[in-house]
Amino acid sequence: MNISYIILIPIIPLAVFLLLGIFNQKIKPAISGYVGVFGLLASAVLSLYAAYQYFFVDGKVDGVYQIFVDKTVWMNFTETLHIDMGIMIDPISVMMLVVVSVVSLMVHIYSRGYMKGDEGYTKFFAFLSLFTFSMYGLVLATNLFQIYIFWELVGVSSYLLIGYYYTKPSAVAAAKKAFIVTRFADLGFLIGILIMGYYTGTFDFETLNNPEGSAILNWASTSFMGLSVITWALLLIFIGGAGKSAMLPFHIWLPDAMEGPTPVSALIHAATMVVAGIFLVARLFPMFYFVEHGFALNIVAYVGAISALFAAIIAITQTDIKRVLAFSTMSQLGYMMMALGVSGYDGHEGVGYMASMFHLFTHAMFKALLFLGAGSVIHAVHSNYLKDMGGLRKYMPITNITFLIAALAIAGMPPFAGFWSKDEILVAAFEHHKLIYYIGIFVAGLTAFYIFRIYFGIFWGKDKSYEHKPKESPLSMTFPLLVLAAMSIVGGFIPFSEFITVDKAGFEAHLNYPLATIAVSVGLVGIILAGVFYKKENNLADKWANIFGPFYKWASDKFYFDEIYLFITKKILFKRVSEPIAKFDRKVVDGTMVGIGNKTVQASEKIKGMQSGKVQDYAFAFVGGTVVLAIVFIYLWTN
Amino acid sequence: MNIDSFLLMRHEIILLVVILLLIVAEVSISPRKKNSIVHLAIFLFGIHTIAGFLTIEESSLFGGMFRTNGMIHFFKNVLNIGVLVLLLQSGDWLQEKIVQENKGTEFFILLFSSLLGMYFMISAGDFLMFYLGLELSVLPVAALAAYETAKRKSSEAGIKLILSSALASGVSLFGISMLYATTGSIYFADIIEVITASNLSILGLVLFFAGLGFKISLVPFHFWTADVYEGAPISIASYLSVISKGAAVFILMIILFTVLKPLMHIWENMLYGIAIATMFIGNLFALRQQNMKRFLAFSSIAQAGFILLGLIIGNQLGTATVVYFVLVYVFSNLAAFGVVQAISLKTGKENISDYEGLYRTNPKLSLVMMLALFSLAGIPPVAGFFGKFFLFIAAASEGYYLLVFIAVVNVTIALYYYLLVVRAMFLRKTDNAIPFFKSKIYMRLGLIITVIGILALGIYSPLYEYIYELSAIFN
Repeated sequence: MNISYIILIPIIPLAVFLLLGIFNQKIKPAISGYVGVFGLLASAVLSLYAAYQYFFVDGKVDGVYQIFVDKTVWMNFTETLHIDMGIMIDPISVMMLVVVSVVSLMVHIYSRGYMKGDEGYTKFFAFLSLFTFSMYGLVLATNLFQIYIFWELVGVSSYLLIGYYYTKPSAVAAAKKAFIVTRFADLGFLIGILIMGYYTGTFDFETLNNPEGSAILNWASTSFMGLSVITWALLLIFIGGAGKSAMLPFHIWLPDAMEGPTPVSALIHAATMVVAGIFLVARLFPMFYFVEHGFALNIVAYVGAISALFAAIIAITQTDIKRVLAFSTMSQLGYMMMALGVSGYDGHEGVGYMASMFHLFTHAMFKALLFLGAGSVIHAVHSNYLKDMGGLRKYMPITNITFLIAALAIAGMPPFAGFWSKDEILVAAFEHHKLIYYIGIFVAGLTAFYIFRIYFGIFWGKDKSYEHKPKESPLSMTFPLLVLAAMSIVGGFIPFSEFITVDKAGFEAHLNYPLATIAVSVGLVGIILAGVFYKKENNLADKWANIFGPFYKWASDKFYFDEIYLFITKKILFKRVSEPIAKFDRKVVDGTMVGIGNKTVQASEKIKGMQSGKVQDYAFAFVGGTVVLAIVFIYLWTN
Repeated sequence: MNIDSFLLMRHEIILLVVILLLIVAEVSISPRKKNSIVHLAIFLFGIHTIAGFLTIEESSLFGGMFRTNGMIHFFKNVLNIGVLVLLLQSGDWLQEKIVQENKGTEFFILLFSSLLGMYFMISAGDFLMFYLGLELSVLPVAALAAYETAKRKSSEAGIKLILSSALASGVSLFGISMLYATTGSIYFADIIEVITASNLSILGLVLFFAGLGFKISLVPFHFWTADVYEGAPISIASYLSVISKGAAVFILMIILFTVLKPLMHIWENMLYGIAIATMFIGNLFALRQQNMKRFLAFSSIAQAGFILLGLIIGNQLGTATVVYFVLVYVFSNLAAFGVVQAISLKTGKENISDYEGLYRTNPKLSLVMMLALFSLAGIPPVAGFFGKFFLFIAAASEGYYLLVFIAVVNVTIALYYYLLVVRAMFLRKTDNAIPFFKSKIYMRLGLIITVIGILALGIYSPLYEYIYELSAIFN
C-alpha cells in the first residue's frame, strides 16, 4: 500500500497553523475561518481516502491487516535504540485519523458560527489547527518517543485553548491546572519510556509489540520490588495515559477545562485528546497483555471501572451542563479503559479491545454532538446552568432533536451507535470479569439517568424568563450537529469486529441478546426515572437528594478531590518541603553560583593585561608557548 | 596525465578561471559601470559553488602531491557555501566602496586566491603542497585586512596579521623540516609508515602544530585575533573567523588523524591542555568586550577550544562531530557577523551598547542575531545545540569526563555573555536606539541563508549521518 501521501494529513493543518499564526494580524477573520475549514477539509478527505484504501482495498494480506511504516532515523543512540520520526499505518491509527479529522472538521465549521465576532478569531483557528496537527502526529507515531513529543504538543495546544479567554481568571487557572496535572502524569510517562528503552533497547512499537520479540519474551529477566521492570514501565506509561484520559486520581483538570470555548471542549475534551490515553494502552496492548500475565492490564481494568462509576455518580449532581458532560466523558473513558482491561488476545477473546475502540469511535461522535448541542444552547441563553434553561424545544428544534439522538446513543438505546459499542463492552466484561460487569451495568443505568436529567432540564419543563427570546443557531452550527447526529445513528452498524481486532484478523461478532436486554432495560429505567424527576417542574429531585443527605453533598462536591489536592500541595508540599528547599536554593546554591560568577569576572579583569596590543609581546607568547609545549612533551611527558 | 585527471582538480580550476575572468573584467569594464563587477563576481562564484556539488572520485595527482576524496570534496563545498554567503553579505559594502574609492575587483581576486590556497592546503598529499597552500591562503588576507587604507586601524590589522603569520609559518616550516629529518620524506603516505615518537619528531610535531594553532587561534597562539578582527573590514574578520579557521581545522584533522596518528599519545595530551586553556582564555576575555568585533573574536577563540574536544578522540566519531560542528559554526558565525556588518554599514556603530533597544526598531535583524547567538551558545533546538551535544558525547564516549565537565562550565560562561547581547537588544530600553533601516537584497539573502542553515541543520538529521559515513576514512 502506498502510504506516502499520508504525511500530508498532518502537514496541512501545520501549514494552516503557521500561516494563520504568522500572519495573525494581517488576515481578515472571514478568510482565516475559510482557511481553517478548507485546510481541515483537505486532510479529512485524505484521511477518509486512506481509511478506504486501507480497510477495503489493499490493507489486507491473507485476511490479516498489515502494518505499514515509513520512517527515518532522527537521533541515533545505539544499533537498536534510536528515535525515529515517521508514520505508522495500522487499523487503530487509521480509525483515529478518521475520528480526528471528522470531529475536527465539524468543530471547525461549527466554530465559524460560534466564535463569530470574537477578537481572537484568527488565533483561535490557528490553535485549532495546531491541535489537529499534534493529534495526527500522536496517532501516526511509530515509537514511544515520537508519541511523547506529540503527546506534549497536544498538551500545549489544549493549554492554549482552555486559556483562550485569557482575560478571565478562572480560564487561566483552569488552563494552568490542566497543564500541570497532565504534565505531572507525563513525568510518569517519560520515566516509563526511559525504563522501557533501557531494558528492551528499543522505542519502536512494532518491535515492542511483537509477541515473539525479546521485549515481551524476556519480561521476567529483571525485576524490581517483586514486579518485572517492564511492568513498572507499563504502569508508569499508563500513568501518562491516565493523566490525559482523566482517570482517577488525575481527573481533576477535566471539569475545569470546560472554561475553554465549547467547540474546544467538543474536540479536545470529549472526542480526541482525552482518548489519547486509551489509544496509548491500545497501542501497547500486546505488551500490557503478555508481560507478567497481564498484571498491568488488570490495573487498567480496575482504574477504568472505578473512574467510570465515580464520574457517573458525580455527573448526576452537577448543575453546569458542560460539567455534567465533562464527568460523563470521564465516565465513558473509564468504560473504554475497562474494556481494554478485560480484553483477551486471539480472535473473539479480544472482544474487549475491539469494543473499546468501537466505543471510542461512537463516543467521539455522540459526545462531540452533545457538546456542540450544549454549545448551541449556551449560545442561545448565555448561561451554562440548568437553572437558566427550560422549554427550549420549541425555540431550537434542530438542537433538540440532535441532542436527543446523542442522549439516546450514550444511554445505549438501540439502534443508536452507543448501544452497539456498549453492548460489546459489557459482553467482554461479562465473559472475563463478573465484578467489572456489574459495575459496568450500574454505570450504564446512571449514564441514562444523568444524560436525560439534563436533556429534560434543558428542553422540557417550563420556559424561563429569557432576556432575549432564544432562537435556533445559524446553519454553520446546526450543520455539524446534523452530520454528527447522522453518525450517531448509523455509526453502530459499522462491523468493527472485522476491521479492528488485536490480531488484526477480524472475527464475527454477534449481538448477545440476554445481555443486551438487561443493558437496555437498565438504561430505560434510568431514562424513565429522569423523566419522572425532571420532565415537569416538581420537587421530587430535591426530596431524593435530601434522602441521600451527606452522600449527595459529597458527590456534588466531587468527593472533595480538589480539596485533598490543595491540602497536599499547599499545606504539606509548599510549606513543609518547598519552602526549606527554596531557602537552601537562595542561600547556598545561589550564593555559590553568584560567588563563582564574581570570581569569573574578577579573573577576566585580572588577565586583561595579557592582550597588550604589541606584536612583539604576541610573538613572545607564541614562541614561549611553543617552547613550553616542546619541553613538556619531550622531557616531562615521556612515557 | 590526461584531461580526466585534471578534472579531479575541478574546484581549483574553476576558481582560477573565475579569478582570471575577473581580472579581464576589471580591465575591460568602464569605470562608470564598475559596480556591476560585484554582481559578476557573485554570479560566477555562485556557479562555482553549484558546480562543486557534482560528485568526484577518490584519487590523487602529481605523484601523490594532490589528492582528493569524498571528505575533502565535502570540506571544499562547506568552504564554498561559507564564502558565497560572505560575498552576499559584503556585496552592498563593496558596491559602495567601488563607487566612492573606485576599487573592488582586487577584493574578489585576493579573496579567491586565498580560497584557492585553502583548496590546495586541504588537498595536499605532502608537506610541500601543504605549505604552499598555507602561504597562499594567508598572504592575500593580510592585504585584505589592510583594505580600508583610509583607516589607521585597518593598516595596523594588516601589519599585525602579516607579522604574526610570518612567524607562525616560519615555526611551522621549521617543524616540517624536523619531521622530514626524522622520516626522510615529505609525503604523507611515507611518513605515516615510518614515524615514531622521538625527541626530534615530537619537537617537529609541536612546531608544526603551532603554525596551525595560529590559524585556528588556539591559546597561546591567539593574540593576533582580536586586534586583527577589530581593525580589518568586517567581511575579512568574518572570513578569518569562519572560512580560514574552518579550513585550518580540516587540514589539522587530516594530518593528525592520518599522518601523525602514531604520535597520538603525544598530541592527545597536548590538545587536552590547549583545549582547556583556549576555552577559558577565550571566554574570560569575551566577558569584558564592548566592541562586537572583538567580542566575536574571543567568542570564536572559545569555540575553537570546543572543536578540540572532537579532535582529541581521533577516530571516525571525532571526525564526524568536528565536521558537523564546524558546519554549524560556519552558519552561526556568518549570521552574527552578517548582522554586525549590516548595522555597521548603515550606521557605523559596532558596540554592544549601540544595540540596545534594537528589537523595537529592527525586530527581524534582532531575531537573526538572537538565533545566531543561541546557536553559538548551544541552546536547543537550533543547530548549535546539536553541534556541541555531539562533540561532548564523542569526548565522553572515550572517557574524557573531566574535559567535558570543564567544557560544560565554559558553555555556561559563554551563555552569560551571549545573553548580554540578547539582553541589550531585547530588554534594554533606550531613546536613541538604532533607527529602522532596510538592508539591500544581497545582505538579506545572505542572512536568510544563514538562518535557514541554523534551523535546518538542527532538524535535518540525515546530514549528520552522511558526514558520519564520509568520516569512515579517518577510522
